[in-house]
Amino acid sequence: MEKAIETMSSPRSAGKAEPRKATLARTGNEAMAEAMRQINPDVCAAYPITPATEIVQIFANFVNDGLVKTEFITVESEHSAMSACIGSASSGARTMTATSSQGLALMYEMLYIAAGYRLPIVMAEVNRALSSPINIHCDHSDTMGGRDSGWIQIFSENAQEAYDNLIQAVRIAEHPDVLLPAWASTDGFIISHGMENFELYPDDAVRQFIGEYKPAFTLLDNRKPFTLGAADLQDFYFEHRRSAYEGMRAAKKVILEIGREFGDKFGTAYGFFEGVHLDDAEVVMVALGSTAGTGRVAVENLRQRGIKAGLLKLRVFRPFPAEELVQALAHVPAIAIMDRSDSFNAQAGPLATEIKAALYDAGQYPKIINYIYGLGGRDIHFRELEQILEQTLKAGKPNDLNSRVVYWGVRE
Amino acid sequence: MQNLKQMSNQDKVGLAGGHRACAGCGFPQIIKMIYGQSQAPVVTTCATGCMEIATTIYPFTAWRGNFIHSAFENSAATISGIETAYKALKKQGRLPAEQEMNFVAIGGDGGTYDIGLQALSGAMERQHNILYICYNNEAYMNTGVQRSSATPQGGHTTTSPAGKVVPGKIQFPKDLTAIIAAHDVVYAGQASVGFHIDLMRKADQAFGMVGPKFMNVYTPCRLGWGSDPAQTLEIARLAVETCLWPLYEVAEGRWKLTRKIKEKKPVTEFYKTQNRFRHLLKPENEELVKQIQEEVDRRWHDLLQRCGEGA
Ligand SMILES: Cc1ncc(C[n+]2csc(CCOP(=O)(O)OP(=O)(O)O)c2C)c(N)n1
Ligand code: SF4
Ligand SMILES: [Mg+2]
Repeated sequence: MEKAIETMSSPRSAGKAEPRKATLARTGNEAMAEAMRQINPDVCAAYPITPATEIVQIFANFVNDGLVKTEFITVESEHSAMSACIGSASSGARTMTATSSQGLALMYEMLYIAAGYRLPIVMAEVNRALSSPINIHCDHSDTMGGRDSGWIQIFSENAQEAYDNLIQAVRIAEHPDVLLPAWASTDGFIISHGMENFELYPDDAVRQFIGEYKPAFTLLDNRKPFTLGAADLQDFYFEHRRSAYEGMRAAKKVILEIGREFGDKFGTAYGFFEGVHLDDAEVVMVALGSTAGTGRVAVENLRQRGIKAGLLKLRVFRPFPAEELVQALAHVPAIAIMDRSDSFNAQAGPLATEIKAALYDAGQYPKIINYIYGLGGRDIHFRELEQILEQTLKAGKPNDLNSRVVYWGVRE
Repeated sequence: MQNLKQMSNQDKVGLAGGHRACAGCGFPQIIKMIYGQSQAPVVTTCATGCMEIATTIYPFTAWRGNFIHSAFENSAATISGIETAYKALKKQGRLPAEQEMNFVAIGGDGGTYDIGLQALSGAMERQHNILYICYNNEAYMNTGVQRSSATPQGGHTTTSPAGKVVPGKIQFPKDLTAIIAAHDVVYAGQASVGFHIDLMRKADQAFGMVGPKFMNVYTPCRLGWGSDPAQTLEIARLAVETCLWPLYEVAEGRWKLTRKIKEKKPVTEFYKTQNRFRHLLKPENEELVKQIQEEVDRRWHDLLQRCGEGA
């Protein structure tokens, strides 16, 4: 736990040895496709959808130009993409896919099955709003919809993190104590299509980091035949589902180990979350993905005006780092929780719901205002985040739904 | 082809005894007849349905070889992933060079004609080297006998009940075998559990071909059809003899009738053996039965033309 805190409060600290890197200008999609090229999976089954289409297209080029050894299945739907991934991963092949929004929604049934069979499938996901109405821009409704499916979920602030996270996702998912599928996600268009400076690590360094895949079982070995996916009734189902929980619990330790190892190797270590000016903060914003980047600016601006603002950027949403999070927030009296999706529970957004539950268990009752913002890609400016932080600091403790949950920037 | 005598000496093929299919169910025999023809070990995927439930209740399994079930509509997609993983690992030398395997996907008529049609079409179009078997019992049996697009016209199911106004299922079943044949697959065949030799010969031929193969195998369900379990094979044969379920195949684009019917029996002969058609034998449904008979005749005539049998 101590180590966790140490890593999480300085996740971008300089590591020891840094292999030769190339600095390039890349979009988030290009960065994720590069990660897939270096991961070089045995099988990839994917279907195009905005804004993740490019990942699939770029990767198809890698396949057809012979830059990877991957067999690419051009499936006829995302449901079949995940089904084919399940078949492939059950056959001992390192398996990847990419999708977004409606595509992830169409996979929904199979997401649970992949996790239930403990298959370390890795997905490049691009966060996009869900229909209806149809909208191709960023919010987190798609991945939040899969939050209870048993997948490891990692959010990325920028293209670099998307790349770094996808590489680490392979190691995390395949770890023998974990064996759960994992996705690393970016924010649609904001990151997926935004061009940024990006450091590409050498192919061999990435391949060495990932290592060889040693599957726990394979349908292609007929010496000891087995049945996967038997009907499972009242007498065993519970135990089997519970085993995914064990994997998720173990993933917490593994994520930190691998995040540290990644730092040693490539120069940027990763934890569950990253804090900016947390130590003396009187008001903290908790955010996922690209908004954390905007939040950094807001926090610095407020600090210059003498307001003790801080930022907590959550990287890992599943497993949810509840204990570490409440520890990091223990001294913070006012918290603005930024939800880029709604859970429609008429109580709070998904992130706020989780954090509040964690705080309750820790006996901490700070002032919390939940902001639901940016649905369907509606922009959020750093001035707005400054306003949100100031407003959260000044407000009295919310005592009804309307003051607890603010739909920020929506026209009533 | 492995004949019945040779097959009776094979243990370790297809299904072990002790599974939970009803007495008189047709599908266990289908597995035995087809799997007996495979020269290589088989990896199986099976859609959710009666077969999957009856053969795998944890911690037991009746499957002798490697088997995976994942969902209802995706047997073809799942086998695509397995066959592709095999290709990938074989190419990389991560599987023994001499290792051969057959990849078989199974689905009921619901899992194949209806909810799984898209995944099946995709897998066939992508030309995976697989054999897809539809065990067609003409309804969703696992969930309590609901209609599927394979249910015969006039057939009573729990969602196409023989009511006071509507006499069972309204539509004629869709011709899935022809739909799959139109995908330019190397093999599409229609078989029946009632004709073992024909079924085994088709499986033998399919296993010998490289590319996408499809078999649509007819199998009575005593529960859903309201039939005598001792009569399963006779009923399956009657469906062929009435031309409700013609036996044919399309191998590399060539249509061939594999069982000629010299004296076509009236559909009512078939109806008499099952409760699901009881209402059709009443005088008020005479006209409907006449229409169905005409449609069966028309389709049979078309099939003969296609198979170059003239008529
Ligand atoms: C997505 C989905 N929809 C519905 C079901 C419920 N279901 C399970 S099996 C089945 C019917 C199976 O019918 P069929 O494929 O003909 O196989 P049979 O049981 O007749 O052998 C249905 C509707 C399901 N498991 N998954
Ligand atoms: S209900 Fe029908 S299909 Fe299912 S096991 Fe019994 S006879 Fe076979
Ligand atoms: Mg059926």
